[in-house]
Amino acid sequence: MSSTLISNYFREANLPHIWCPGCSNGIVTRALVKAIDELGLDKNKVTVVSGIGCSSRAPGYLDFNTLHTTHGRALAFATGLKLANPDLEVIVITGDGDVSAIGGNHLIHAARRNINITTIVFNNNIYGMTGGQYSPTTPTHALGTTAPHGNIDKPFDITQLAAAAGATYAARTTSYHVNQLIKYIKKGIENKGFSLIEAASICPTYYGRKNKSGSAVKMMEFLRDNYIDIKAYDKLPDDKKIGKETMGEFKEITLPEYTDEYLRLIENLKGAEK
Amino acid sequence: MSKNIKLMQGNEACIEAALMVGMRFYAGYPITPSTELAELSAEKLPYYGGKFIQMEDEIAGIAAAIGGSLAGLKSMTATSGPGFSLKQENIGYAMIAEVPLVIVNVQRGGPSTGLPTSPAQGDIMQAKWGTHGDHPVIALSPESVPETFELTIRAFNLAEKYRTPVMLLTDEIVGHMREKIEIPAIEEIEIFNRLKPIEGKEYLPYKIEEGDIVPRMASYGEGYRYHVTGLFHDETGFPSNSSENAELMLNHLMSKVEDNLDDIITYEEYMIEDAEFLIVAYGSTSRTARSAVKILRQEGIKVGMFRPITIWPSPEKRLREISKNIKNILVAEMNLGQYVYEIQRIVKSNSEVYHIGRANGEVLMPSEIVTKVKEVL
Repeated sequence: MSSTLISNYFREANLPHIWCPGCSNGIVTRALVKAIDELGLDKNKVTVVSGIGCSSRAPGYLDFNTLHTTHGRALAFATGLKLANPDLEVIVITGDGDVSAIGGNHLIHAARRNINITTIVFNNNIYGMTGGQYSPTTPTHALGTTAPHGNIDKPFDITQLAAAAGATYAARTTSYHVNQLIKYIKKGIENKGFSLIEAASICPTYYGRKNKSGSAVKMMEFLRDNYIDIKAYDKLPDDKKIGKETMGEFKEITLPEYTDEYLRLIENLKGAEK
Repeated sequence: MSKNIKLMQGNEACIEAALMVGMRFYAGYPITPSTELAELSAEKLPYYGGKFIQMEDEIAGIAAAIGGSLAGLKSMTATSGPGFSLKQENIGYAMIAEVPLVIVNVQRGGPSTGLPTSPAQGDIMQAKWGTHGDHPVIALSPESVPETFELTIRAFNLAEKYRTPVMLLTDEIVGHMREKIEIPAIEEIEIFNRLKPIEGKEYLPYKIEEGDIVPRMASYGEGYRYHVTGLFHDETGFPSNSSENAELMLNHLMSKVEDNLDDIITYEEYMIEDAEFLIVAYGSTSRTARSAVKILRQEGIKVGMFRPITIWPSPEKRLREISKNIKNILVAEMNLGQYVYEIQRIVKSNSEVYHIGRANGEVLMPSEIVTKVKEVL
């Protein structure tokens, strides 16, 4: 099954990828491709835009219209593409640093506009490409190369941030829960509006090594054992919530979509004096 | 047919021209004194089926405009001082990815927030060197409302022809002044559209076809499914770390401009035939310089003016030629000395170069230039 996904949707000549052994970026990228395959999207219309970082290298391996932009700006480039040609199925691949630090402003405004872009966040809680510096999603007290004495920052919840800013679909799962990830990505793409799917990911090379998280397998087991559906989490007594993370669909509503509204505006002006 | 004569602001003329040459996408952020460019685009573009979007910041403005261009629309962004600083990284992106784009910078006083409502010509060197790395720059500088119209058309044509961002460096005076302008009929306007891939032939997004200057450009969604990156890339568009490839690519980026200087560079010569003294001025300052030349000529002093219209690349060849017969050159500009360094470099073996400049928000007066010329003489 994988082999047809690869031959149909990957640029095989560009493989193998640059990611480290044990990295979960391949799992999340495959989940995206699987979702696209199951939805039967037209490859010529699928446009994958990324910023800078490990996950942002994914578009280079994918046989779609692909755009590898500047750090943090993927959503701004994607907004231009989508508005200029609303027929494009625009998907943004980004990391936690790319989308919530340097690109945080673009995230909240793309969500606010409810422009029909699906954003997949590969959240590995660290800057991997530059060697393990703490990111806006690094947990408090965790170690990074720029947090050698422990991180004193408080982490962002990117999914809830997007939901609060106006995304009409916002969901989080992990790179362990692959079937759920595929399902959420499909729902995100089908949602006519801004969707964000956060995939909790692992970086054994930098985050894992620095924080003594064990092997890639151990880190995957952590995702399996500590991510709990929000509905179940809410029912837990407080002492059982400690150390647990939430996943699930945080927002799913219908609101007017930005490019639709713009096309309506153009339609309404037709025949009027310039 | 009767002539279409209007009284128009520089910023208005810019959008009028942009719409005529086919601009159909504008993304920007409000900033004085360029706001009319955004406001008029917002008002008019939808009537043409075009799109305007006010982005969340200056960086997003240029990023979205690059996206619009990749989707196949002629795109524009505009800004002033602080916004021009913020856009620099993505200007470099458009250069390496070879994305056609017009960036208007209505210059105001700086540094920093500076003098938001006052004119300046302080971004001349930033236009050339503002983004990191080596790259060619095309920047045009109009001195009037009609010329803003003309150079906006030219900026789009050059951007499309050479697949590169082109800067229109106006200033608060040219942007806000009102002048008489004759709007040509659409048939009278020369319009260049980017070359599209050759049908039926294998498409490599960064391969230059025989006889072409730049790679042909497919729009996203047309079926070519290609890759664009800010990394050095080869003909396939995919990243390459090889230094041989980086050199090839840089050579192409530089030579597509440097090999076509005669097409890209324009300038004006005013009373230079018998001139013994030359004033170099550009943009709104050339209006002051022209008055100074007239005053000095009445006094029998043989002065002329050379006005670069294409600021970058500079009109080096012609200026060096003229300078052979000129002992003294005065560069007049609304900054504390920027383009003067370029002029010194060009004429160093032929002429002495002097400077008169100001960056306090006040324009240079003809009398000041007259006095300076007499001082030098």
